[in-house]
Amino acid sequence: MRKVAIIGVGTTKFGELWWSSFRELVMEAGIRALEDAGIGGDDIDAIYVGNMSGGQFIRQEHLACLIADHAGLNPLPCTRVEAACASGGLALRQAMIAVASGMHDIVVAAGVEKMSDVIGEGAVGALASASDQEWEAFVGATFPSLYALMARRHMYEFGTTEEQMALVAVKNHAFAARNPCAQYHTKISVEDVLRSPPVCTPLKLLDCSPISDGAACVVLAPAEEAKRYTDTPILIAGSGHATDTLALHSRRSLVQLDATVEAAREAYRMAGLTPSEVQVAEVHDCFTIAEIMAIEDLGFCKKGEGGKMTEEGQTNLGGKVVVNPSGGLKGKGHPVGATGIAQAVEIVLQLRGEAGKRQVEGAQVGLTHNVGGTGGTAVVHIFRRMG
Amino acid sequence: MAAPRFWREIPSRYNLLGTRCRNCGKVFFPPRYLCPQCGRKGNVEPYKVKGKGKIISFTEVYSPAPAFEKQVPYIIALIELEEGCRVLAQLTDTAGQEVKIGEEVEMVFRKISEEGEIICYGYKARPVKSS
Repeated sequence: MRKVAIIGVGTTKFGELWWSSFRELVMEAGIRALEDAGIGGDDIDAIYVGNMSGGQFIRQEHLACLIADHAGLNPLPCTRVEAACASGGLALRQAMIAVASGMHDIVVAAGVEKMSDVIGEGAVGALASASDQEWEAFVGATFPSLYALMARRHMYEFGTTEEQMALVAVKNHAFAARNPCAQYHTKISVEDVLRSPPVCTPLKLLDCSPISDGAACVVLAPAEEAKRYTDTPILIAGSGHATDTLALHSRRSLVQLDATVEAAREAYRMAGLTPSEVQVAEVHDCFTIAEIMAIEDLGFCKKGEGGKMTEEGQTNLGGKVVVNPSGGLKGKGHPVGATGIAQAVEIVLQLRGEAGKRQVEGAQVGLTHNVGGTGGTAVVHIFRRMG
Repeated sequence: MAAPRFWREIPSRYNLLGTRCRNCGKVFFPPRYLCPQCGRKGNVEPYKVKGKGKIISFTEVYSPAPAFEKQVPYIIALIELEEGCRVLAQLTDTAGQEVKIGEEVEMVFRKISEEGEIICYGYKARPVKSS
């Protein structure tokens, strides 16, 4: 298996982008990534695109064909990858496998979601389709309500507080204010979060990531050829992908995502690294409780201590591991299919030393963690600077 | 929802009909058609659960799914049944501030939602009053 590196990255701004269509978003991110890599469309061998639900959000399927067409790249092979909110992370993994196998050399991994054009049952209904329609959505469960069940249980078992969860949102909004591509540039306080309207108790509006539009792309190449394209290629040192049960009621635990633990174990093993060696991580904070559980499941602290670690500032600049310097899903925005790729874009910028005001000084090793549904899919990647 | 999609789950939704693995004895509600532990060695058969259990976690929903707007706020709970399996259900005959993790509940037959011309019935859970 060949080693694989990222040689170019590009992203759109995230937000409610009323003026941009699905196809404009993905072209914008793609062109930026190609320019960053210094290559042209003719150099690409294949595209993998992560998208959760074009069918529900914009009533458009056959998206891989649409993208190859509008990029002017027919008959280039283009494949759509779907794993709910982990579609982007999984597209990156499929692209990596395509290069690692020797099947292709230069491969683009893209992610895109256009959520603000939603029709019919709205975004709540579309997102609920990542849960179990027959036995969760049928009884009135929404996506936030399922994470609320995990939050309540985490509070019950470990004494995690609503203030600790609020601190995740406060930190991620503060980071987002330093990210020009982020949806939100407003700093918020713990009071703001605690006073925001209830969505599903104990989760409040400011515990939840927003509805967003956006796209992101990365360009992959065999590591041994990467220096031909850039002075700062970033190695994909490890990759892990695991599944768990679709529905929460079939899970072994409500306070741990076993899929995250398994995917992380695989990624750490492949990279030959341990959690303590990760300096910067983009984790899947679709809700504040999700970041607290993620830092536990990824091994940055013990199970049950995620709230405490957050409260002590160990996930902020100067802490043990800087978590979600991009602003995360909470502050940067969460166009579901784009998220997993956008996480990789941020880690590449951090490891190149190009992350501007949110730069984690001297970062050599970074991690991304992308979750589908309530934890039915998890994808973890570990990145490092090439010497 | 298309009518057949609701109709074919009626035995489970109205009568709590799940399944049980003949090989290991594990009970599945909602039903599974392959035992994850035994695979092809298992052999699942229909099995009706009693519908008694306790609350593992709960949430009061203020931002509802589209078909549940008239019911806001409503409580969703994860319930562990006596048979060992867990199921998600709305709580009824109680208020959010009264609910506690560990509380005993029983399943009752209730209207769940209206979707266009289909009225969906099924189970909700209500606290077992200890008197």
